[in-house]
Amino acid sequence: MAKYLLLKHYRGAPASVNDVPMDQWTPEEISAHVQYMNDFAARLEKTGEFVDSQALAPEGTWVRYDGEGRPPVTDGPFAETKDLIAGWMVIDVDSYERAIELAGELSAEPGAGGKPIHEWLEVRPFLTASPTITE
Amino acid sequence: MDGALLRSLTPSVLTVLVRRGADFAAAEDAVQDALVEAVRVWPADQPRDPKGWLVTVAWRRFLDATRADTARRRREDLVDEEPAPGPAPAVDDTLQLYFLCAHPSLTPASAVALTLRAVGGLTTRQIARAYLVPEATMAQRISRAKRTVSGVRFDRPGDVATVLRVLYLVFNEGYSGDVDLAAEAIRLTRQLAARVDHPEAAGLLALMLLHHARRAARTAPDGSLVPLAEQDRRRWDTRLIAEGVAILQAALARDRLGEYQAQAAIAALHADAPTAGETDWVQIVEWYDELARLTGSPVVRLNRAVAVGEADGPRAGLAALAALDTSLPRHTAVAAYLHERDGDLATAARLYAEAARKAPNLAERDHLTRQAARLNTRRLH
Repeated sequence: MAKYLLLKHYRGAPASVNDVPMDQWTPEEISAHVQYMNDFAARLEKTGEFVDSQALAPEGTWVRYDGEGRPPVTDGPFAETKDLIAGWMVIDVDSYERAIELAGELSAEPGAGGKPIHEWLEVRPFLTASPTITE
Repeated sequence: MDGALLRSLTPSVLTVLVRRGADFAAAEDAVQDALVEAVRVWPADQPRDPKGWLVTVAWRRFLDATRADTARRRREDLVDEEPAPGPAPAVDDTLQLYFLCAHPSLTPASAVALTLRAVGGLTTRQIARAYLVPEATMAQRISRAKRTVSGVRFDRPGDVATVLRVLYLVFNEGYSGDVDLAAEAIRLTRQLAARVDHPEAAGLLALMLLHHARRAARTAPDGSLVPLAEQDRRRWDTRLIAEGVAILQAALARDRLGEYQAQAAIAALHADAPTAGETDWVQIVEWYDELARLTGSPVVRLNRAVAVGEADGPRAGLAALAALDTSLPRHTAVAAYLHERDGDLATAARLYAEAARKAPNLAERDHLTRQAARLNTRRLH
């Protein structure tokens, strides 16, 4: 088994095929979208492949250490940040191929007009613990 | 096997051990062990005196644990002091336990966790699952909390207000897990309200019951939020409403108003309206004025602006809103709503979309996005 992160972006991913902002959909299309996402997660729980799913607020803050005895420096949010993560799903699957297959299904989530969004998702393998047997 | 009975006995068993001289942290661990043992043994062999059984087992566990480390001398002292076997004393020290677990030296998260375990009798695993953190994290939080209060005298009266704040937090953070935190908060508040002569304890209990009564109507089958005005009021629990209103009326009659009674009064006025259109908004605005006076909270003023919008029209609501800081949580959502009521659908749609981006949780975000979508769809067709 190997864990993969399916990463959704607010910004930074290539434009999807059905690229219409959500507030321009109909309320029914939004419901169908949410339902698809919930069903997808529920199905992966049943197959024993679901690990975690989280969504993030769009606005964050940059922080860094500023030396002994000083409060951390904060900055941002930066409107020009190219890459903005919206949320993720973590899956634990048998193969890379399975991770790609599932990401493809998730990307078919319905959007405007009830048609698949074809959203670009980023699939990132987790670095694993080192195996016991190496030779 | 009665889990509710078992958990309701937890605080009194714990206080017996503390009265006998066990320190709070060790006693609390011992009681948890006894609860686990009860879950294992009782289904086959329920004792006639459940509390006495728990006291005996917990005390034995406490002595075993004490014997296991360097505190042998202390243990021997305690054995000398051990009271003669017999029924556990009926003295109720549960209230002291509430005060200890909500002690002002604890952070809110620690006080919540400790209250749920020591007063509520939940296991660390259940609490961890309810708050979506790893069990080890919750175990650390609880043991740090116990260390923090280890020097606190057990026989001094505490501040009811801090206890109420903790119970309010438990009720209001409705997370998942196999434990119904809202129901648990109601149980603990009911238990508290029966023990203290404090109108705000009654006020908080009434507030919880009145909000809990709406629970079934608050979400659609697909999990989306249903706003108060659109809820199917036939699905409100009339038994809980009647109980909440009766408790509230008795509390208000004592003429010692506090923020929980005022909030409960607002909830009671909503409960009293057969349809959203029949809501007595004028009275609700008056209660928000009271609440703003009691708390000075800008969030209260924001809710008041909504009520003013209903009582005196959206323009009046927008005027009330204009006096408030735009960075307040949900300010944009309220502005969107009032602009929609005022007929400015383009502004409302834009603000709903902006409010969705700022929403603090997924359910609200989806709800606000749907509101924007609803207006945008209507404008285009």
